[in-house]
Amino acid sequence: MTRPQDLLCPKPEGLYCPPGDFYVDPVRPVDRAVVTHGHSDHARAGHGAVLATPETLDIMAERYGRDFAASVQAAPYGETAERDGVQVTLVPAGHVLGSAQAVVRWKGLTMVVSGDYKRRRDPTCPPFEPVPCDVFISEATFGLPVFRHPDDREEIARLLRSVAQFPERSHIVGAYALGKAQRVIRLLREAGWNRTIHVHGALERLNALYERHGVDLGPLAPATTAKKADFAGAIVIAPPSALQDRWSRRFPDPVGAFASGWMQIRARARQRGVELPLVISDHADWDELTATVDEIRPGELWITHGREEALARWAQLHGITARALALVGYEDEGDD
Amino acid sequence: MRAFAELLDRLSLTASRNAKLTLVRDHLRETPDPDRGWALAALTGELTFDAAKPAFIRKAVEARMDAQLFAWSYDYVGDLAETVSLVWPARPGANREPALNEVVEALRIASRAEVQRLIEGWLDALPAPRERWALLKLMTGALRVGMTARLAKRAAAEMGGVEPAEVEELWHALRPPYEDLFAWLEGRSERPPAENPARFRPVMLAQALDEAVDFARLDPADYAAEWKWDGIRVQLAHEGGQRRLYTRTGDDISRAFPDVLEALADEGVVDGELLVMRDGALAPFADLQQRLNRKAVDAKMLEAFPAAVRAYDLLHEGDEDLRPLPFAERRGRLEAFLARQPPTRQASPRLDLSPLQPFGAWPELAALRADPPEGDPRLAEGLMLKRWDSPYEAGRPKGPWFKWKRDPFTVDAVLMYAQRGHGKRSSFYSDYTFGVWTHDAAGQRALTPVGKAYFGFTDEELKGIDKFVRDNTVERFGPVRSVRAEPHRGLVFEVAFEGLQRSARHKSGVAMRFPRISRIRWDKPPGEADDLETLERLLARIEGR
Repeated sequence: MTRPQDLLCPKPEGLYCPPGDFYVDPVRPVDRAVVTHGHSDHARAGHGAVLATPETLDIMAERYGRDFAASVQAAPYGETAERDGVQVTLVPAGHVLGSAQAVVRWKGLTMVVSGDYKRRRDPTCPPFEPVPCDVFISEATFGLPVFRHPDDREEIARLLRSVAQFPERSHIVGAYALGKAQRVIRLLREAGWNRTIHVHGALERLNALYERHGVDLGPLAPATTAKKADFAGAIVIAPPSALQDRWSRRFPDPVGAFASGWMQIRARARQRGVELPLVISDHADWDELTATVDEIRPGELWITHGREEALARWAQLHGITARALALVGYEDEGDD
Repeated sequence: MRAFAELLDRLSLTASRNAKLTLVRDHLRETPDPDRGWALAALTGELTFDAAKPAFIRKAVEARMDAQLFAWSYDYVGDLAETVSLVWPARPGANREPALNEVVEALRIASRAEVQRLIEGWLDALPAPRERWALLKLMTGALRVGMTARLAKRAAAEMGGVEPAEVEELWHALRPPYEDLFAWLEGRSERPPAENPARFRPVMLAQALDEAVDFARLDPADYAAEWKWDGIRVQLAHEGGQRRLYTRTGDDISRAFPDVLEALADEGVVDGELLVMRDGALAPFADLQQRLNRKAVDAKMLEAFPAAVRAYDLLHEGDEDLRPLPFAERRGRLEAFLARQPPTRQASPRLDLSPLQPFGAWPELAALRADPPEGDPRLAEGLMLKRWDSPYEAGRPKGPWFKWKRDPFTVDAVLMYAQRGHGKRSSFYSDYTFGVWTHDAAGQRALTPVGKAYFGFTDEELKGIDKFVRDNTVERFGPVRSVRAEPHRGLVFEVAFEGLQRSARHKSGVAMRFPRISRIRWDKPPGEADDLETLERLLARIEGR
């Protein structure tokens, strides 16, 4: 009988597939890698060969340059690639543009490496598709019952209400350069905000990439050219670290907002000096994690990173064998 | 409930006073009665529910979810109400979301057993953690969102375009949910009556004197001078058989000072300074602090720290409102009024007169301020100047009253730690902990922290200090950085402060009153900053008068 650990097993570099001789999201340079999505802790430069969705390959090229790997193979969603008898299919994970779960099949065994994922609608990428499997390998970034993300449209409504309430101030929204920033901009557009949105220079290339992939971000402008008073009533999107940086001083009495799942915890918001926390996350919250495991009902649940022990305990209480892999090298969203 | 929850959430993370005012004012404007009235009552601390105790909430949540998962959650969040609001496993089929009004009305009449059932039902019905958090905050009565009652009342005044003093004066006659107040603020009805016996009257405050400008244009003959005592400003009222003691912001502190209440035998309203007095002589401010912030006192406290009011002014005598009269006339009435009060049982008076300080020309007064006469004036904060013809006006009118504080003490101290500020200053290291030199256990010269200050510098200077902090960081702990502070490398502040007292909480053993940065000594090597001994000598001088 084929055992799951013969197909995928944790190694210091990441999850390794001995029969296919490849790693999934390796944190160090390896010969062959399958990359689930473009965030820098999952997609690193310097591998020999990389298999990923075309969008993810595009993101990696934008971030690391065209020569980020010796060779690349694009696998659009749903197409199967085969390596030494091991079949790999990339399926939407709903995390960011191009994000995928790696479905790995071999000798009748199906294992799904979720990568990072969420279950909610995201206007910038296709939704997560559950795949029946023997082993589901999940992240658990927000794997504690305290993480219950609200409806993102309500969070955007709170932001717009604050903009109306403080017309003399500017609102700086801290958002990750890949995924979160573009999602926040899209959500603002859907909520009817048609004015120019100012963006920090660090976001410009990825914004342009999203536009090339058909995500319409509306009128954007750099946050550098205007005079201080021109930013009154403006919404500015910037990397989270810029909120406390000297960079933010160019704006009139800015309201610091931060779009992150961590903003659920008041102490986190307070510690960072965030005045308007926006609980908008690209990861599954506790309810999404448990509902996903419940829906897939895998033979076994493996947990890659995050708060593994709580999700493992939940699974055991619900009769599902769970195993915490405690992979290192994947950062928590929001920690800088 | 949703709007109220959003308001609490925003207030708890907003540092700017103006932004808080905007948030509350808009909430009061946009929320219908009676919900807005309950919100105002919650923010002013007028809502308490005896039957609601937080302990059962933990039991309720543990009955619904795995205890281990709850324990991990609580560990992670660190605050019980917040944890419960986040993890609450709602049962399906809950009722619709309750309005704030329903919650308050129900809590006011519910028994303890009913309260538990009610709160569980509401937690089930509230859609998101933010609303559940607000409910639990409201229920336990500790909002802690950085809002004072005074600021909340000011927001109500702003909403109606009236003076804050008008709302203050009415306040004690009003009852939540304040529908009559809002009707007046929105111009739909007359001002509600303020005839509540022994109510609070908004106080008159003084401007700071600018020696360079004011002496040239003020005639000393127009002004009376008196000492500015170092206690807390209070109003002592006795009307319609009721006695009350208020702080200058209108907080009722009667229960903590029964000894003082008793002293006012006749009906009237006295403006004065609350102090600790033994055998007719003042005790230092630290003694008064023993009595402040206590809801009730015991006989031991009353004996060890006997409180008294030193009277500055008389606002009412019997039914008569004296506030429109000139100060000279009110002063005469005050002296006669106090002379009629029978002596109290205690050896030391509980109510006495703040004496006027005669003077001829300004230089004579300046000399008195620089070197006060023996006795109580040595402990005064400075002098007050009051125009003889000034009526008693609420607020801080320009011209009639001046405060002329004694020059502050100063010390040269070394910057040790810097913390990021809030709001406008969140990108700046703007809160500074500074220290002076002492000797450590090994006999080495070392710095010991003596205080914290976050104002006294200009925006331009702040930029310079911020750059210094960033360029000289030794270690970082969250929002705090420790800064290089060695005899030849570091930054010296001249710190000004109003007083010094002993403190067991500070490692240095001393605590400053109102410390602020008076000068930034870019030129001075830290090694030449002051020693702890300097502060200890100063303390001995103050205590020995």
